[in-house]
Amino acid sequence: MRDSIVVQTNENEPVVFTQAELGWLPWLEPFPEAGLTERHWAGLVDRSRAKSDYFRLLVRDPEILEARTKTDKDIFYNIADGLPRADRELAAAATSRYNGCIYCVSVHARFATVHSKRRDDVQRLLDEGVGADLGERWNAIVRASVALASTPVGFGQQHIEELRSVGLDDAEIVDVINSAAFFNWANRLMLSLGEPTMAGEA
Amino acid sequence: MMSAETTDIIDLLAGIEPGSSLNGIRARRLQARENAQKSYIALFEPADFGDVTATERYAVAAFVAGVHQEPATAAFYLARLAEAANGSGLVEALKVEIGRARTEGPYGAFPAGPLSVEDKAGLIYRMAGDGREVLGARLAAALEHAHLLVFRPRDAAPAAMQALLDAGWSTTAIVTLSQLVSFLSFQIRVVAGLRTLGASLPSQANAAVKAS
Repeated sequence: MRDSIVVQTNENEPVVFTQAELGWLPWLEPFPEAGLTERHWAGLVDRSRAKSDYFRLLVRDPEILEARTKTDKDIFYNIADGLPRADRELAAAATSRYNGCIYCVSVHARFATVHSKRRDDVQRLLDEGVGADLGERWNAIVRASVALASTPVGFGQQHIEELRSVGLDDAEIVDVINSAAFFNWANRLMLSLGEPTMAGEA
Repeated sequence: MMSAETTDIIDLLAGIEPGSSLNGIRARRLQARENAQKSYIALFEPADFGDVTATERYAVAAFVAGVHQEPATAAFYLARLAEAANGSGLVEALKVEIGRARTEGPYGAFPAGPLSVEDKAGLIYRMAGDGREVLGARLAAALEHAHLLVFRPRDAAPAAMQALLDAGWSTTAIVTLSQLVSFLSFQIRVVAGLRTLGASLPSQANAAVKAS
């Protein structure tokens, strides 16, 4: 007995990077909501995620989903000290722009705009790509994120020095590294297990 | 000496010593640090290996680290592959495939439209007959998919899921495989980033004095 793919008829696939809210359509069957056990609920972390096809697909392996989700939350939401949220979201958006994840960009460009109030600069990153001139501090964060996302990894001393030159301390540089590195995880799941769609029209 | 099971793998691979300033900085993101380690455990030392064997997991990890040209991380996973059931016979063939699969990413195509000007062609890795003979059709499909995820994730399409299903991967096994390759893409970059930052700091001994 063999599993099968889910065939999506997606007539509203986005073809540009956008800050608008998008939907996501899975290419494999999500775990049925009615069959979720305690092990699955632990994997979902937030019970509301049971409504998401993406998380119900990932919950087929609950332990790695739980650990991934908790890694994600601490890297982005623990603002006890270190890099401001806006800059972490910028690193996520720049990484996603470079790897080509239209869905991931839409979410994290939106968050970068909310926290920075710099919608036009964020949109320039989307429209012009990772070479857009966003001012010294953001340019340094984007360049570091792009170097980290490259394979082989191109991140070197020059990126550390550039981040220091725009005022980041060591702990803030670690937040850039964590935020950018994490989106190399997220982008690959989002890009390879399904596709984005314009919200409300799926 | 701690065993590999209790050692923090990112610290191990990045050379972060107890008492160093980087150790102190990582401690400020304790949940992230602990759950990066739990992610490693969930993927490589799970209570239940389910549909993906330990040998397959270490082989894919060694391939991913190898094509990233990260020698320390690749050596770590190759050593574990050699210790896994029927793993030692795969090491040489896997090293040959790593050499054949190396390139530079990311590349690939966007959905047809304004972004098509950014489309970038590159290696579409397919395993040759001799490697396939040693590694088997199921692992060959996994490594071809891992290459897609590492270098050209924006080329992903339902056909890639179908290729894995055809090679005997279940839906749940594909989720585990996708998490494994994607986690490695994270782990390798955290290690590379922290190692680079660590190299720019005063020696560990001085840092330990400052941090205490």
